[in-house]
Amino acid sequence: MVMFWVVILAVSILLYVLLDGFDLGIGILFGLTGNEERRRAMLSAVAPIWDGNETWLVVAGVVLWGAFPNVYATLFSAFYLPLLLMLAGLILRGVAFEYRYKTQRLRWVWDAAFAGGSLVAAFIQGMTVGALLEGLPIADGQYTGGEFGWFSPFAVLCAVGLCLGYSLLGACWLLKKCEADIRDAAYRLIPCLAVGLLTFLVVVFVYALAENLQVMHRWLERPNLFVFPAIGIIAALVAASSVRRRRDGLPFYMVALIFVAAFGTLAISFWPYMIPFSITIAEGAAPHSSLAFMFWGEGLFVFPLMLLYTVISYTVFRGKVRSSEGHY
Amino acid sequence: MDLTALLLSRIQFGSTIAFHIIFPSFSIGIAAWLTVVEGLHLWTGRPVYRLIFEFWLKIFGIAFGLGVVSGIVMAFQFGTNWSVLSRMSGPIQGVLLSYETFMAFFLEASFFGILLFGRSRVPPWFYLFSTAMVALGTSLSAFWIVANNSWMQVPTGYVVQNGQFVPNDWFKITLSPVQWVRFPHMLLAAFLAGAFCVAATGAWYRLRGIFTAEARVMLRMGLYLAAVLLPVQLVFGHLCGEYVVHHQPSKMAAIEARWHDEKPASEVLLAWPDVENRRNLFAITLPPPFGSLIDSDSLTAAEVGLESIPPENWPPVVIPFFSFRIMVGCWLVMVLVAWVGSYLIHKERIEQNRMLLWATFLSFPLPFIAILSGWVTAEVGRQPWVVYGVLRTANAMTPFLTSRVAAISLAVYCVVYSFIFAFGTFYIYRLLRAGPEGRLVLPPAAAVPNRPMSVVDEDRLTPPARHVPAGE
Repeated sequence: MVMFWVVILAVSILLYVLLDGFDLGIGILFGLTGNEERRRAMLSAVAPIWDGNETWLVVAGVVLWGAFPNVYATLFSAFYLPLLLMLAGLILRGVAFEYRYKTQRLRWVWDAAFAGGSLVAAFIQGMTVGALLEGLPIADGQYTGGEFGWFSPFAVLCAVGLCLGYSLLGACWLLKKCEADIRDAAYRLIPCLAVGLLTFLVVVFVYALAENLQVMHRWLERPNLFVFPAIGIIAALVAASSVRRRRDGLPFYMVALIFVAAFGTLAISFWPYMIPFSITIAEGAAPHSSLAFMFWGEGLFVFPLMLLYTVISYTVFRGKVRSSEGHY
Repeated sequence: MDLTALLLSRIQFGSTIAFHIIFPSFSIGIAAWLTVVEGLHLWTGRPVYRLIFEFWLKIFGIAFGLGVVSGIVMAFQFGTNWSVLSRMSGPIQGVLLSYETFMAFFLEASFFGILLFGRSRVPPWFYLFSTAMVALGTSLSAFWIVANNSWMQVPTGYVVQNGQFVPNDWFKITLSPVQWVRFPHMLLAAFLAGAFCVAATGAWYRLRGIFTAEARVMLRMGLYLAAVLLPVQLVFGHLCGEYVVHHQPSKMAAIEARWHDEKPASEVLLAWPDVENRRNLFAITLPPPFGSLIDSDSLTAAEVGLESIPPENWPPVVIPFFSFRIMVGCWLVMVLVAWVGSYLIHKERIEQNRMLLWATFLSFPLPFIAILSGWVTAEVGRQPWVVYGVLRTANAMTPFLTSRVAAISLAVYCVVYSFIFAFGTFYIYRLLRAGPEGRLVLPPAAAVPNRPMSVVDEDRLTPPARHVPAGE
């Protein structure tokens, strides 16, 4: 039963990272262009689906609370200020989607909110992962790091890395969804983002080695962990070649695969901890009666339907966004 | 323990949830109303119902979107500010809220898409079914939220193990007698909010002499529904009082400003509770046995006074005392408007009676004030407990939260919320003022399930949108 909820939680988080990842990335790229035509095209590539993407964050949040209350309580209280900023960013960028078309004069406000909110949310998510990798100061299941215990150079490195990663994912989504101008711009941008991301990955790795982070030992102790990075490298190579051959559809899936590989690497290097290296899955889990009650209703029946709904919604809005619809 | 951080956290939770509660209660009421209107449209085939449906669907879209956005914060706040509570009660509260997210998300998201862009793609009966499913989704969402809160009011079906509330009877937790009076009370409140908003809009158009046919339907349906529901609401409100008498004597004593045990008890109608001297100033009081009659349906029952409860377990008496009276006061005014209005409608005289039209128009905030003050009564009256009788609010807070950090977050939420809600309310106002006619467009092709607010874009209302002929 615990394992079932670990899987549901992992799937929810992964779906969130992949789906909201590309639309946050597009939000970041949105800030880089001042051209109204391009901005509309970028928005139209995510407009039908971003809200559903974000819902996975709430799903992950409540699953964490119901199934792993100890982890929920420890993590969320530790990341008090970052979560506040992330929520503010997500709210502002969410309403900006809708509000920017209701005004001409104040459109710049909502555009700034959209780009800024996306950037802040992505940055915070990266920083959270970085802080977890480094290990939060926790004693007796209680966070002891103070107001800024999550802040470190390493966490900032990870944050910048994730912003680049999301941007790359976003650029690849634009390839998949857009034509002409935007598509060409994305093709020009992707190599820069990819090289930037690679550089950051190397820096993070070297930093982790140099600082002798605890998580490094796990990587070195468990060589079969390298399956995931290997998948990531292969995906990166395929992505590179498909970008060179201008195959619009493929790079997104390959970059998504890189994210899956990175997620898998993280998950296995945390295992069996949920908060490395202080709270294990078993310690974090809710009592059996809670997990079972969740399983027989929402787990067994509603969750598959939610996945199905996501698939349907993506199927309905598949294909390139036509420029005639570009007014959104 | 940082007392300022505690106070700031309470203010933050209270104000964010107060902002939030307005929009879901509105959309629960409007979703049900849309179902009724669509049913009538199918049944009678009158185009006016179709016009009204399309019009309120747009308003529903904005309220729904704002409810979703402000709801995200609630899922996080338990963990950030109340980590001790969320650790202890996650096995129960987390589970209830996860049901809420899963069920409401699924039903609303799936069928809301059909409401927005599926009218031409599905048979009429299925369209009606989808409307009903959206209404069901919003109501189910309320069910789980109220179940969660009812458990905090009267915790049941659990044992304490390793410092956690471990559920051992889910039937008791989800379907307790307390839940069965509080959930209908909340649902009726939401329906009343919808009914008064609809009636007030009708009155507004009538006063301005526009949209006569729509105004007539809105006035009739809104006021008739309110006239029927208000007495039922009184019954459920009274039943809620009974659970308070049995399970939360401190809350009841505070609501009644009853300082001493009385048998049979008197009833304080209005007063200024003087907590320091444990007495009421300027009291208007009904003699015994009115207090016993109201609280316990009895001529002789003994009622508990605050003095037989240790002062450290008292709620802040003044707040529940007045918030309860504000709620009841709103109810009285609503009854007056709804009954007189219904009588005048019945006599076909309401359209000449400008005073009543004004009263109806101005009454739309009443159900919301009643919801908020009723909620304040329930929540502040529960203090100093967060889980009544088991866990104190002061012990539930994140222990290392500092007042500085709590002040920052409170300020950020206030600014962001005021900002987005000011704009959202403005857009709703603009739509309401403009009214149904000329705004009625076919569902825009690009409006999609997950973007409820897209129905009201200015861009869409300009030429490319096709107008439905009024005689359709």
